[in-house]
Amino acid sequence: MSTPLLETRDLKKYFKTPAGMLHAVDGVSLTIGEGETLGVVGESGCGKSTLGRTVLRLLEPTAGQVLYRGEDITTFDKRRMFAARQEMQMIFQDPYASLNPRLSVSEIIAEPLIVGKLCRNAHEMNERIGELMETVGLAPRFAHSYPHELDGGRRQRIGIARALATNPRFIVCDEPVSALDVSIQAQILNLLMDLQEDKGLSYMFITHDLSVVKHISSHIAVMYLGQCVEYAGTKELFANPLHPYTRALLAAIPVIDITRRGKRIETIQGEVTSPIEPAPGCRFAPRCAYATEACRQEQRLRQVSEGHWVACCRAAGEEA
Amino acid sequence: MGNLLDIRHLTVVYHTEEDEVHALSDVSFSLQKGETLGLVGETGAGKTTTALAIMGLLPRRVGEVQSGEILFEGRDLLRCSDADMRAIRGASISMIFQDPMTSLNPTIRIGDQIAESIRQHQPDMKRADVERRVDEILEMVGIPAARKREYPHQFSGGMKQRVVIAIALALEPQLLIADEPTTALDVTIQAQVLQMMGDLQRQLGTSTILITHDLGVVSQTCDRVAVMYAGEIVEVGTAEDIFLGKTHHPYTTGLFGSLPDLNRETRRLSPIDGLMPDPADLPTGCRFNPRCPHCTALCRECEPELTARGSHAIRCHLMGKEERA
Repeated sequence: MSTPLLETRDLKKYFKTPAGMLHAVDGVSLTIGEGETLGVVGESGCGKSTLGRTVLRLLEPTAGQVLYRGEDITTFDKRRMFAARQEMQMIFQDPYASLNPRLSVSEIIAEPLIVGKLCRNAHEMNERIGELMETVGLAPRFAHSYPHELDGGRRQRIGIARALATNPRFIVCDEPVSALDVSIQAQILNLLMDLQEDKGLSYMFITHDLSVVKHISSHIAVMYLGQCVEYAGTKELFANPLHPYTRALLAAIPVIDITRRGKRIETIQGEVTSPIEPAPGCRFAPRCAYATEACRQEQRLRQVSEGHWVACCRAAGEEA
Repeated sequence: MGNLLDIRHLTVVYHTEEDEVHALSDVSFSLQKGETLGLVGETGAGKTTTALAIMGLLPRRVGEVQSGEILFEGRDLLRCSDADMRAIRGASISMIFQDPMTSLNPTIRIGDQIAESIRQHQPDMKRADVERRVDEILEMVGIPAARKREYPHQFSGGMKQRVVIAIALALEPQLLIADEPTTALDVTIQAQVLQMMGDLQRQLGTSTILITHDLGVVSQTCDRVAVMYAGEIVEVGTAEDIFLGKTHHPYTTGLFGSLPDLNRETRRLSPIDGLMPDPADLPTGCRFNPRCPHCTALCRECEPELTARGSHAIRCHLMGKEERA
């Protein structure tokens, strides 16, 4: 097998809080191949955004490795990291908060070009900015507008143009469409998929919306309280979900189906427990209908069929 | 069975410093007893303005009802005095707001916040009876009564929304307006809350207007659906008309095309091009015409009427033509 574009090995990120250590990301091992999209799903507080930031070293990992093209970037010095970041970019969730309100659209897109010294002169820079705006579908007349003059969809396009400025290979998209209305959301999803096709980009796509993640991802990792509980190809995961949490999550999506009106759906009871100093063993066990004594043991991801990994002793045993 | 609520030709404008913003134009719909109506549309479609107009909570001076009637049990709410509205609000009609984090007072124990609405409307009720009612309603929304002495910050988002629902239902209103009640919640919590709301509604016989942009939620909870666009109702019908019917307003078709479908493989989504028009500067003719793939010269000149066929009504020139032919 060739080296994947990005790989995390037992990646951990803990935060110190007055109440104890908060295990935001706790031993996540994932791979993303060239041109692939890994969807990371989970509910608020499961550590998916922290994972995205730790992968880019915007947060320093507590332990573990992040391999980019086989090299561990957590050991890189400043200079090498700077070079690596040209290839690894990020698109943020909130297009209202992630753009400097005092810079115009062209100035925002110019920033990575200036920082990376990617243009020799002003003429070249203007040309490159125009090119990027065209790529993301922003009309040239917006070049001198400010973010507050634009709607959410156009703002998110600016964020995408900025991320593309350095010709990246890998982009972490942290809930890029959650703040947008559905019709605008569809426009942005189409744009991201077109860009992937044209440029062969790889995405790590973080979202809580399962229908979006199914649409855009080739592989999906389901997270619960800092850990990856299930990892599989998208089709396989939706056709054959094994972890009880994945099943509950899929059952809870309000799909358009009027035959389900008024019927009871199986909901999981209770709420997410605290990620501060979590008890050993399966973290979903307190809410799990199938929890047994065996669930007090630590659950590692185990491969149950080709490319389908699950961290649940029951699901793994069932398959074996 | 009579209509609980009848809205007729409601037109609302907001006066801002520069412009007159046309928030609602000629909105008419009705709601029967025990029915759930879904009000669907994107940001700025006028969903929340409709709710605020019913509640009599439009911002003073800025928001103006230019014409229309809101008949609640035959009584025009727009002609009620402030005192009458205060008696109706909370007791006969109540509202759940989108964000449970901001609609509770952070400095008051949740039990006292529930008791407040009961005392407001039933000042003669004995203290012990009020307390008993608070316990009862908390248990009903799935919160142990022992937690009534806690403050909002001690509850999670889903639990806070349950408290808000408890306040809204404390006086068993006939009409509940829920403005995006689960948008701020995670899917598994959303499923819990929706299920609980449905159970309570059946138990109390409450009619509900559910405002949301999530068509999935609508399909699973609503009897009838009204689709709003730029301050107008563009399509209204039973859930079957909207989700199984063949003819639709082009905007409704666009909304469905924008959603990634879990049950189907589609490589590309078919979104609606362009943006919602500025409500201070609406296009002439049909409001959807600049974004409509089937736009004709007629659409640019004349505003279409809502054309009804049985329970299903659509505001589009194309539909009218089909019918005449």
